[in-house]
Amino acid sequence: MAILELRDLTKRFGETVAVDRFTLSVEKGEFVSLLGPSGCGKTTTLQMIAGFETPSGGTILLNGRDLAKVPARARGLGIVFQTYALFPHMTVEENVGFGLEMRKVPADERRRRIAQTLDLVHLSHLSGRYPRQMSGGQRQRVALARALVIEPELLLLDEPLSNLDAKLREEMQLELRRIQQEAGVTTLLVTHDQSEAMALSDRIAVMQGGRLIQEASPFDAYDRPANGFVSSFLGKSNAIPGHLEGGAAGTKLRCRELTLDGPASGETPGPVLISLRPERIEFTGEAEGIVAGRVSERIFLGDKWLFKVETGLGELLVVRRNSGRREPEVGEAVHLFWQAEHLRVLSAESAE
Amino acid sequence: MIGTRPWLLSAPALVLFLVMLVTPLIMTAVLSFNSFDFYGGIKPTFGLGNYADVLSDSYFYEIFGRTFMIALVTTVIAALIGTPQAYFMLRMHPFWRSVMILVVLGPLLISVVVRTLGWAILLGNNGVINEALRRFDMIERPIKMMYTSGGIVLALVHVMVPFMILAVWAALQRQDPATEKAAESLGAGPFTVFRRIVLPQAMPGILSGSLIVFSLSASAFATPAILGGRRVKVASTTVYDEFLNTLNWPLGAAIAIILLVAVLAIMVAWNRLVEKRFAGVFQ
Repeated sequence: MAILELRDLTKRFGETVAVDRFTLSVEKGEFVSLLGPSGCGKTTTLQMIAGFETPSGGTILLNGRDLAKVPARARGLGIVFQTYALFPHMTVEENVGFGLEMRKVPADERRRRIAQTLDLVHLSHLSGRYPRQMSGGQRQRVALARALVIEPELLLLDEPLSNLDAKLREEMQLELRRIQQEAGVTTLLVTHDQSEAMALSDRIAVMQGGRLIQEASPFDAYDRPANGFVSSFLGKSNAIPGHLEGGAAGTKLRCRELTLDGPASGETPGPVLISLRPERIEFTGEAEGIVAGRVSERIFLGDKWLFKVETGLGELLVVRRNSGRREPEVGEAVHLFWQAEHLRVLSAESAE
Repeated sequence: MIGTRPWLLSAPALVLFLVMLVTPLIMTAVLSFNSFDFYGGIKPTFGLGNYADVLSDSYFYEIFGRTFMIALVTTVIAALIGTPQAYFMLRMHPFWRSVMILVVLGPLLISVVVRTLGWAILLGNNGVINEALRRFDMIERPIKMMYTSGGIVLALVHVMVPFMILAVWAALQRQDPATEKAAESLGAGPFTVFRRIVLPQAMPGILSGSLIVFSLSASAFATPAILGGRRVKVASTTVYDEFLNTLNWPLGAAIAIILLVAVLAIMVAWNRLVEKRFAGVFQ
């Protein structure tokens, strides 16, 4: 049975609909991300689950129990806030113990559980410190320990890594995943950072304009985006408007003056949006080239190269792994090649 | 060039302080060591006679005791009223919040004499409060409120609460509102959140507000002069009487210096205590 079930969850602020009939279920032990740009309703959804906002409609079920009349303090959820929200006047130990104290856990058991949780987040040596005396990453771990120590049925993470610098963020992603799996806690993460969502989650729910757009594993969401928005939001993508034509020998895509072999799948003919991931495009010789172009920009990123190539299909983004070989220079004429199976045909309405 | 410029820039303020504050203060201190007799006036002698007079007379102990008791009670009441009010204001709708700030600052916009005479009209034996109570047959004889320490405290609280609110307000604005939500999510009810999360974070504000309110109340003159009169004397009104009625300037100066030193000592000790208590928590 699902730990968390959202059914047609809706939130209106006056005229604006922040969350629109949002439905999602989270299984026990799962790590699910709500991913979307700012203002897509993901934070409002989290606030409703936490009990800080009242839904305008729909239901929230936690372990089959309706949360509508349960106040935030009785929901028993572990929440990690974007700002960490540590209590500045309490030591690490007191911060972590606060939830247990509220639950009237006896002092000796409290000590044991605090020690155990601090051990889990590798902070045992700092239990006497005050939050101000700690680094961002350490505070993050305290916040996590404070939420985990009450053994919540569900852990809510509200953009937990957004206040950390890039290098620390990558480290904490791995840490967060390890801690979540060791504690075996069902987790719902809210984030606008697609790489964070992909690195951490079992499942991603992409939101846009208060609605659920796609719910899939990170790999599927990246590889088979539901629409143009998902394909451009998750990683980099080339979006090429075109026209799909069916035929006995397979589909044809007509984009500007070019005609390409389309994917074999039975999409309905008509105007479409074609999504092509930049890392699936290769440089090749003139004979095999699907389209010719000229490199207009080249950026070196260490482990890879990023090219912008002017072609008959418009400007295409190409990403090549840095293999140590010579790569085309700016202004050089190149030929591009890709396997037809890497083309994703999306309906044209979702072109925005 | 670089060496003199900061001095030149701060010269106007320095001159003002030297002429208007330091000079009279030094002259008062010197005056306090002089002696006085009714026939010869002030004599330029140097001795600790005035201090000995003050410190050996239980009359002055009573005055100083009353002064600090009034200041202390005023401070405590101002903290009890000001802290919750600052918290409520923080959570108000922005429009009502700006209205409330105006209401809070109201007493400061009115001249102290006008405001205190207003209290005299309310508190007098034939004042508004007693008249109203008599009309409703709730009392037979008027409740004495004028010329009591209680009346002085009441009027002082009225003008001191804004200082407390502003100090607590400043401290509360520095707190992360998510800490309250965090406590709530961990199972704390509204009262526990206030007591365990909000109040400790407001503490530096309460303590600095107390410092301001205490020192202003201990040295207040107009309010105790009008509401206390000759019967309920405090240190500042005693100094005034010594200077202008008894004409014993040296004794008045000695009392003034003792008040200054006592208030300073209390403030420094208080500050030490606060810094020690909250070191590490609030940088």
